[in-house]
Amino acid sequence: MDWMRRLLLVTLLGAALSALAQEKFIVVASTTSTEQSGLFGYLLPIFTKDTGIQVKVVAVGTGQALDLARRGDADVVFVHARSAEEKFLEEGHGVKRFPVMYNDFVLIGPKSDPAKVSGGHDILEALRKIKAAQAPFVSRGDRSGTHIAELALWKAAGIDIEKEKGPWYKDTGQGMGPALNTAQAMNAYILSDRGTWISFKNRGDLVIAVEGDKRLFNQYGVMLVNPAKHPSVKKELGQAFVDWVISPEGQKAIAGYKIGGEQLFFPNANQPGA
Amino acid sequence: MSNGKLLPLRLEGVSFTAGGRTIIDGIWLEIEAGRSTVILGANGAGKSVLMRLMHGLLSPTSGRVEWSAPEGRPRKQAMVFQRPVMLRRSAHANVAYALKIAGVAKAQRAAQVREALDGVGLAHLARRPARVLSGGEQQRLALARAGALHPEVLFLDEPTASLDPGATREVESAIRAFDAAGTKIVMATHNLGQARRLGDEIVFLDRGRLVERAPVEQFFSKPQSAQAAAFIKGELPWIG
Amino acid sequence: MFEALGTALNLLAGLDPKLVEIVLLSLSVSLTAVGLAALFGFPLGAAIAVGRFPGRQTLIVLLNACMGLPPVVVGLVIYLLLSRAGPLGSLGILFTPPAMVIAQTVLILPIIAALSRQAIEDAFREYDEQLRSLGANRVQVALTLLWDTRFSLLTTVLAGFGRAAAEVGAVMIVGGNIDGVTRVMTTTIALETSKGDLPLALGLGIILIAIVIAVNAAAYLTKELAQRRYG
Repeated sequence: MDWMRRLLLVTLLGAALSALAQEKFIVVASTTSTEQSGLFGYLLPIFTKDTGIQVKVVAVGTGQALDLARRGDADVVFVHARSAEEKFLEEGHGVKRFPVMYNDFVLIGPKSDPAKVSGGHDILEALRKIKAAQAPFVSRGDRSGTHIAELALWKAAGIDIEKEKGPWYKDTGQGMGPALNTAQAMNAYILSDRGTWISFKNRGDLVIAVEGDKRLFNQYGVMLVNPAKHPSVKKELGQAFVDWVISPEGQKAIAGYKIGGEQLFFPNANQPGA
Repeated sequence: MSNGKLLPLRLEGVSFTAGGRTIIDGIWLEIEAGRSTVILGANGAGKSVLMRLMHGLLSPTSGRVEWSAPEGRPRKQAMVFQRPVMLRRSAHANVAYALKIAGVAKAQRAAQVREALDGVGLAHLARRPARVLSGGEQQRLALARAGALHPEVLFLDEPTASLDPGATREVESAIRAFDAAGTKIVMATHNLGQARRLGDEIVFLDRGRLVERAPVEQFFSKPQSAQAAAFIKGELPWIG
Repeated sequence: MFEALGTALNLLAGLDPKLVEIVLLSLSVSLTAVGLAALFGFPLGAAIAVGRFPGRQTLIVLLNACMGLPPVVVGLVIYLLLSRAGPLGSLGILFTPPAMVIAQTVLILPIIAALSRQAIEDAFREYDEQLRSLGANRVQVALTLLWDTRFSLLTTVLAGFGRAAAEVGAVMIVGGNIDGVTRVMTTTIALETSKGDLPLALGLGIILIAIVIAVNAAAYLTKELAQRRYG
């Protein structure tokens, strides 16, 4: 039994030491859709090569990412829900918000297009038609940036979705990928970010129904978690990350990320109002 | 009489009740060194409980069980049960275990184990896993384990009740060897033939009471109590 | 689906480095967790088995109930403990493999303690009188029984490992499923499946099932062998 005990101690020690050994790293709380778009897999190695700082991305829904930061479990927040980010700043958990890039949402729908919205460029009109036709629609329902954007669009279309939803509206509480799977299985409409859609391989009969409407643009912001409120935050390393993504190098790298020859994210750190 | 010897063992007004039933009822008994004592009685007479009271596994509800010298370590009285309980180890290791618990130094254990196994004729099975041995072999092993520390008293609770005649013979012969070597034998049984073969004196129990005590031949030829007579008749109907 | 299966088998055959890294991490996390759970669980099970104290029966019922702890709940509780905002935040091990080890240890500790308690108590019933007769005290009895029931205990360990290797809820929450750091078989399967990217998920699924089967086979064979050799 003695050797077993020794082996365990060594293993634990090794694991602990390896965790400690990665001293130069930060934790970035971001969203599942960003992670699943593959951006981080492309971008972060460039950042690490430039600065020597490792980045550990915890990818969850926007709500959870901000919550994580509120508890001080992340050094940087990188999400796409401006109103939630500003609230975060008001609460004093963040230092400053910088716009970084935007991508867009697309309305995905079945080829059969029961609500007759395909090919259109007016998202609000499309949503009204979907509700009128009571066509199946999958919502993420998870307080994510995409979910918040979806709710804002219903509101802009003049529909109080909480009151007016019916069995046709499926509130799933899932991330983008699982929600797309659900939409594919049900042949339903769904609002998705372009990035996840492009990398999504299980499309079935789903196609892009509506795209290009300015209202579908999805703005990303980056914030250093406030070290005054959370002393454990890695101030210098986190700031280095923030500085880098809005720097010309970082912005160039972001523009360089393509899937199938298509650029996914459009850097706009030079638009301070974004 | 403090020569360090445990015997005589005195039971003074010992009673034992459990679950509302009185199993042992006011027994006064003195067990002396020398001749082997057989506790005889029908099933349910209380033999097993009396054995456990004497060995110390149970405490009397009233009365006292007293050895003539304080019990020290290593234990100088041991017990063999009706069913041998062996650890999942070799025969050798089982006996060594008893020595280890008793505080015998590691260096001396091996020799003592060999001696104990030799004494019961199991030396050739020393390396065998104890639990795959036959019933008789396991019971002899139990005897070896109990006897490894050269106890002054050896309690045996119906040691052959679960064994076939061949195994019974082997075990009885091992018990006789202990007796011959000077160990005091206290054995419970309901088997008259065995009592006769192995006992020098009979202590007869009936429903928790000590009813009769006599040298073996006298007990069988001239039982003094009605219960003893009935018991003998019941087991051996041809004794008139 | 067969196309995905084909790609999966290719990945397996070619020992894709990402695959290997994920499998090795899963094994090291779950094996360490099982080792720790056994280290604490066996003595706990033995103590409850041979001890006699007030509230013992309640403790046994509680322990058995905890065998069914939902992994996500365990993950959530450990997360709250290890979070910077939590009591153990200063350890800084959230989102690292040690956190995953802790969560899985907590998850399977009740299993190992409860099952070993049962095995040892059964043995206790058989051995108690004899061991007391030989003069063993409570602690010696517990240690002797621990060794004597070693084959049942091994089965217990294998059961615990199977549970740890197959769970996803606890490691997802406390590990964060971070690429290259805390991504294990189960969380990767969840992730890749949700991305609609099946080959890697299937490949890992095949390995996971193979591990589960191997563990169960080992448990069965151990019992058979032990019975035959030691009786």
